[in-house]
Amino acid sequence: MSSLAPPAEQRQPTSTPTVDTVIRFEKVEMAFDQPVLEGVSFQLPRGETKILMGTAGTGKTLLLKLALGLLKPDAGRITVLGEEITQMREQDRFALRRKIGMVFQESALFDSLTVEENVAYRLMEETGKLTDEIHARVLEALRFVELEHTVALFPAELSGGMRRRVAIARAIITQPEVILYDSPTGGLDPVTSNTIIELIVKQRDVYGTSSLLVTNRLQDAFTMASHYFDQEQNKMVPVTDGGVRDLHTKFLMLRDGHIIFEGTAADLLRSNDPYIREYLS
Amino acid sequence: MPIFSPTEIAKDKVEAVQDYSLLAGRSLSNIFARPRYFADTLLQADSIGVGSLPIVVLTGFFTGAVLALQTSSTLQQFGSLSLTGKLVSLSMVRELGPVLTGLMVAGRNSSGMASELGSMKVTEQIDAMRAMGVDPSKKLVTPRVIASMIMLFFLSIISNLVGLTGGFMISYLLLGLDPNQYWTTAYQALRFGDVFMGLCKPVFFGFIIASIGCYYGLSAKGGTQGVGRATTQAVVAASVLILVSDFFITRLLMGIFQY
Ligand SMILES: Nc1ncnc2c1ncn2[C@@H]1O[C@H](COP(=O)(O)OP(=O)(O)OP(=O)(O)O)[C@@H](O)[C@H]1O
Ligand SMILES: [Mg+2]
Repeated sequence: MSSLAPPAEQRQPTSTPTVDTVIRFEKVEMAFDQPVLEGVSFQLPRGETKILMGTAGTGKTLLLKLALGLLKPDAGRITVLGEEITQMREQDRFALRRKIGMVFQESALFDSLTVEENVAYRLMEETGKLTDEIHARVLEALRFVELEHTVALFPAELSGGMRRRVAIARAIITQPEVILYDSPTGGLDPVTSNTIIELIVKQRDVYGTSSLLVTNRLQDAFTMASHYFDQEQNKMVPVTDGGVRDLHTKFLMLRDGHIIFEGTAADLLRSNDPYIREYLS
Repeated sequence: MPIFSPTEIAKDKVEAVQDYSLLAGRSLSNIFARPRYFADTLLQADSIGVGSLPIVVLTGFFTGAVLALQTSSTLQQFGSLSLTGKLVSLSMVRELGPVLTGLMVAGRNSSGMASELGSMKVTEQIDAMRAMGVDPSKKLVTPRVIASMIMLFFLSIISNLVGLTGGFMISYLLLGLDPNQYWTTAYQALRFGDVFMGLCKPVFFGFIIASIGCYYGLSAKGGTQGVGRATTQAVVAASVLILVSDFFITRLLMGIFQY
């Protein structure tokens, strides 16, 4: 497979040298009319994927937006790539955000730009020019999500699932150290969902990207926790070596403003918590 | 919760003014910081400058014409019809050229900016932009502010010229004035202070148009209805601010140039 950027092992450390914890929440609180998050603490170690689950309206999207510093929490500290984003000025946050990719729940593509300009946005935002090199990189990112044929289309001309994949291509084009996926498979059919999960697994296993992934589809979550991307076959395959291979995938469960569960898929299945049992059934 | 709370409303207003001032300040200080979005500025200059040309020419022409028509009837009573050129030129250059251009462009572009940025806001595109490490105040606001300031300067000059031509058409064709006399009085009437005032105002108005349009757009909330509200508010606020600031700029410059 031709790669977008050197794999994780070869990637040069950027200005923040190896920070072991890419995202750290410490007693984060946030309320609108009612409290939404009430003392959320967790860590995302480098190279790990955390799957965030919880019923509708528990604040999953909010948590991702807080991690990017798009909103300011009422209390608590959020540290991203070693820098405390909650204490930074908005002007200073932009440089940090460039190292993070985000796939919004509703894709949030620029509707007056073509798919190509959307995906190339980060690369050409200053010059506004699409060079041959950028074009090649866009095609590569779109090939990754199997949407090369849509380069000249506008987001309105795509289906919901296609838009989601364009959003993923836009997030991965610069190969950020961390990617936040907000319900990347929400409201999609099982086949398309599987394609998207395979992409995310590929990103995890080929590039070693750390990520925080929100999903309400248990099936997707367990697929991620039990499959790895085989580069030789160029597809996602189930883990068969009896759990020797570490997929670096953990689960987080959010309920009533608190993290009520943190652990592996096996821990989750073994949990005795009645709420979790009900969620899983 | 009370439906009407004066303190809440006052607090909201103060906060809005504060937010606006911050945005307006940032839009100017961004000029000195990288990255500079030159391509976006050119695009905006084209949309504001070239796009507004027809309405500016039309309003300028007819304003000049109606000025000549109105003043001539008064001047005739004093037997000084020959001063028509002077009156048209002073009114156009000092007041009507910049103000009318400002109001026309406010109607056209403040609303356009508010609705464009407002739609981006309510569809999370602004958040997406921020998430990608692009500062909306640099990428969206500063190019619009710069382009408006520069373009309004030139549009006002065009408006003045076209207005003088409109006045001339009336004086020559309808009132039968000597063409030479019209242009000579029009030209000689203008002192440095008049021209300075006429060129200074549009730059301010351009700043108001773009910063108000962008502010209302970026603070839009509440879906498509919110975008509609932001658009109307932007035009109203920009127009009112243009007229109010026009008074103060005029007063200030009159003081400086000792009228
Ligand atoms: N800008 C906002 N203003 C007011 N309330 C908000 C805002 N954003 C989020 N909320 C509230 O915060 C809560 C959490 O919202 P959030 O979007 O994070 O939910 P979610 O967990 O992502 O749900 P879903 O699974 O449906 O996407 C909701 O109750 C919502 O009403
Ligand atoms: Mg959500």
